[in-house]
Amino acid sequence: MTTTMEPVRVAVPASRGLLDRVLKMRELAILAVLVLMLAATQIDNSAFLSQQGIKDLLLNATILVLVAVGEAMVVITRNVDLSVGSVLGITAFAAGDFLQGGGNPLLAVVLAVALGAGFGLLNGLLVSIGQVPALVVTLGTLYIIRGIDSIWIGSREITAGVLPTGFIDFGHNGLSALPYLAVLAAAVLVAVAYFLRNYRSGREFYALGSSPEAAGLAGVPVRRRILAAYIACGALAGLAGALYLARFGNVDSGTGSGYELTVVSAVVVGGVAFTGGSGSVYGVALGALLLTSINSVLPSIGVSSVWVQAIDGILLLVAIAVDRILALRVAGILRKRAAETRSARHG
Amino acid sequence: MTHPEPDPVPVLALEGVSKSFGAVRALRGVSLQLFAGEAHALAGENGAGKSTLIKALAGVHRPDEGTVLLDGEPVVFHGPADARDAGVAVIYQEPTLFPDLSVAENIFMGRQPRRSFGRVDHRAVHAATADLFRRLGVDLDPDQPARGLSIADQQLVEIAKALSFDARVLIMDEPTAALTGSEVARLFGVVRSLREEGAAVLFISHRLEEVFALCQRVTTLRDGAWIATEPVAGLGEDDLIRRMVGRDLDELYPKLPAEVGAVALSVRRLTREGVFTDVSFEVRGGEIVGLAGLVGAGRSEVARAVFGVDRWDGGEVEVAGKPLKPGAPSLAMAAGLALVPEDRRAQGLVMGMSIERNIGLTGLRATSRAGVMNRGSERSRAVDWAVRLQVKYARLGDLVGTLSGGNQQKVVLAKWLATSPTVLIVDEPTRGIDVGTKAEVHRLLSQLAGQGVAVLMISSDLPEILGMADRVLVMHEGRIAAELDRAEATEQSVLAAATGVTGRAA
Ligand SMILES: Nc1ncnc2c1ncn2[C@@H]1O[C@H](COP(=O)(O)OP(=O)(O)OP(=O)(O)O)[C@@H](O)[C@H]1O
Ligand SMILES: [Mg+2]
Repeated sequence: MTTTMEPVRVAVPASRGLLDRVLKMRELAILAVLVLMLAATQIDNSAFLSQQGIKDLLLNATILVLVAVGEAMVVITRNVDLSVGSVLGITAFAAGDFLQGGGNPLLAVVLAVALGAGFGLLNGLLVSIGQVPALVVTLGTLYIIRGIDSIWIGSREITAGVLPTGFIDFGHNGLSALPYLAVLAAAVLVAVAYFLRNYRSGREFYALGSSPEAAGLAGVPVRRRILAAYIACGALAGLAGALYLARFGNVDSGTGSGYELTVVSAVVVGGVAFTGGSGSVYGVALGALLLTSINSVLPSIGVSSVWVQAIDGILLLVAIAVDRILALRVAGILRKRAAETRSARHG
Repeated sequence: MTHPEPDPVPVLALEGVSKSFGAVRALRGVSLQLFAGEAHALAGENGAGKSTLIKALAGVHRPDEGTVLLDGEPVVFHGPADARDAGVAVIYQEPTLFPDLSVAENIFMGRQPRRSFGRVDHRAVHAATADLFRRLGVDLDPDQPARGLSIADQQLVEIAKALSFDARVLIMDEPTAALTGSEVARLFGVVRSLREEGAAVLFISHRLEEVFALCQRVTTLRDGAWIATEPVAGLGEDDLIRRMVGRDLDELYPKLPAEVGAVALSVRRLTREGVFTDVSFEVRGGEIVGLAGLVGAGRSEVARAVFGVDRWDGGEVEVAGKPLKPGAPSLAMAAGLALVPEDRRAQGLVMGMSIERNIGLTGLRATSRAGVMNRGSERSRAVDWAVRLQVKYARLGDLVGTLSGGNQQKVVLAKWLATSPTVLIVDEPTRGIDVGTKAEVHRLLSQLAGQGVAVLMISSDLPEILGMADRVLVMHEGRIAAELDRAEATEQSVLAAATGVTGRAA
């Protein structure tokens, strides 16, 4: 009844890892912008990249990198966590309160991480079981946690004076230009990147974000993975809270307010698509570094800091535009390859 | 070919399984037994419940009533992972891939080979994928992202996925719908050797000759109910159709002679770099022109460009003598053009919208006044077409995503036929449609042509082209290789041109 036709298929030499190449291109682009910006600033103001200058740049980026890496894990699964700013604030205060009462600094960090993970668990449960959009759920928890924060803290505040000097030193010192905090953040970054790249569960984060339906059919434990992403994100926000305390020594009920927007910007500028399933945490770290560097660059070349936000916004739009162009380029490459296949058949 | 005697205990079986979705009773007390070393076919019209049955076997749906038996013991699959761990491999009707991930990762997600410390062995994943593709004779790059693969390639990836683990039971829901002859032959070769090694196979296809070529037994479903299970040997196609439809079938290719009118669509020297080159043809009112060729010859791409979905680099398109602006589907629609696309999930339908709204999307202009939609006229327009195409649905307000595959295809057709086009381009109009409705779609195309509509029909189903077309254009490697009259067009002449053996531009 039906006779279908014979295709002539000829193998073309596979060009290795188109996907990987595109991702690298994206990261390289941010790196190039960063280097260019820093170089230009250095030429304009030769004191900019002094040892202290570099240290400041890294210190400033540390906390954002940590939170953004956590956020990236959530965004990769096609969700979002808007409560990270509130979590950072409340964990920073909790750690400070604990230290103020004479607690052990290491325990204080553990406490902050655990508290953050707890909030992550809450978010994760609401999103994965409640089937409510993550944007709505975490907007809710953003306000709830901030509310708890205000009631608990009231007008109290933690100041550097009441904290152990060792803790404060940890937040400020380092190996010459390399702050301890940055080393810690880099370690976390490498670990998360390695996990996402090389473990089945890490790959399932991407699968889940790329197509939740297909992930279910492929037997990916969808809820467990979403939960894990939120817990990791909360834990990292908690860690960032403790480090915030060590770095700034000053925490009140407003700490971390509005921080989620910076975090989400870093994630998007870093090339993690909001539709999930793509991007890398290295890109996100670069994005965070880029955003925080702008804050230092502008004053040092004499631009008023009122411009910072506008420029952050422009960066965000440029990043989205670049993503779009890259997507079109990939389509073009695939098309060309199809054409090559065809001419290969011609011989 | 020798078959091992079927094992008396079925590897996997359903007993008295029922499943309802709201008011729709998709399965009613169906029993089915799959034996090691046997290929079992599942036949039935669109919406008969075939895919639902498969999903019950695969752990996607939990039966409302009845049990699933594994090696004779009742089991409950809590999800697809459970079924997979029990050795059940499934190719679902609609490819479900991760567009952002590489083809290799798609195949091995959750089951990647590992090295020390539980790390994924990327090299082994790549090698195993390359190996699978070699076995299947597919020339895809394992590192290529799944995004942008043609339907046929997506289906091949799904097949590779199912073959990538040593399945005791291989279940395939219309795996061949988008494939051409050699790909099907290659798939059947692999499936046969799996079966001879003792795997049980369940196979669904609306191409009945495939059922006869591959399977030993066939179970027929009608409206969710079991009709018959019988050996394939000794059964004729007509018998099988009668079981499926409950009556004898009318003619499959009811081609009526039509009055050929003026040139309605004229395409001159159309070129899109790397895709198709120098494509020229005309379609007249009342004419059905078939566009044949191999998968990847550029047929769908020409259609998309003409309709303005893709841009073109050179050449021109005229509709009823008026030039068409490139890259503007809305202008093309206004000029009387309609395109029924190949990929119903990605291009044809909005899965999260109702049947009614989907059909209504193309008629927003016709059913609204001063920008305000009239839901009443949208509804009557939808009912009209849903009935004419015999779409099987419970309510017009149901989501299109819940329809069976073939019924989704009918909704795509309805959506575009409802625009009353003067030029209708249909791309694989009967893919996944059962024999009865196929005849219906053919009758409809023939009627439209009779009313003076110019029809351009892309199809990989050669008998459909030969049965329906007044004239056949054959594409080969992005060019028109031959133009054949109805009298000249035979299986041999079309195939020769499609494979580049003969033709004006070799
Ligand atoms: N998730 C769902 N929700 C509601 N109804 C559904 C759902 N899945 C299937 N149905 C209905 O169940 C019936 C059987 O559908 P099924 O997909 O099993 O048909 P099929 O035999 O595979 O048809 P086809 O040949 O067109 O693929 C149809 O009427 C369909 O609309
Ligand atoms: Mg089906």
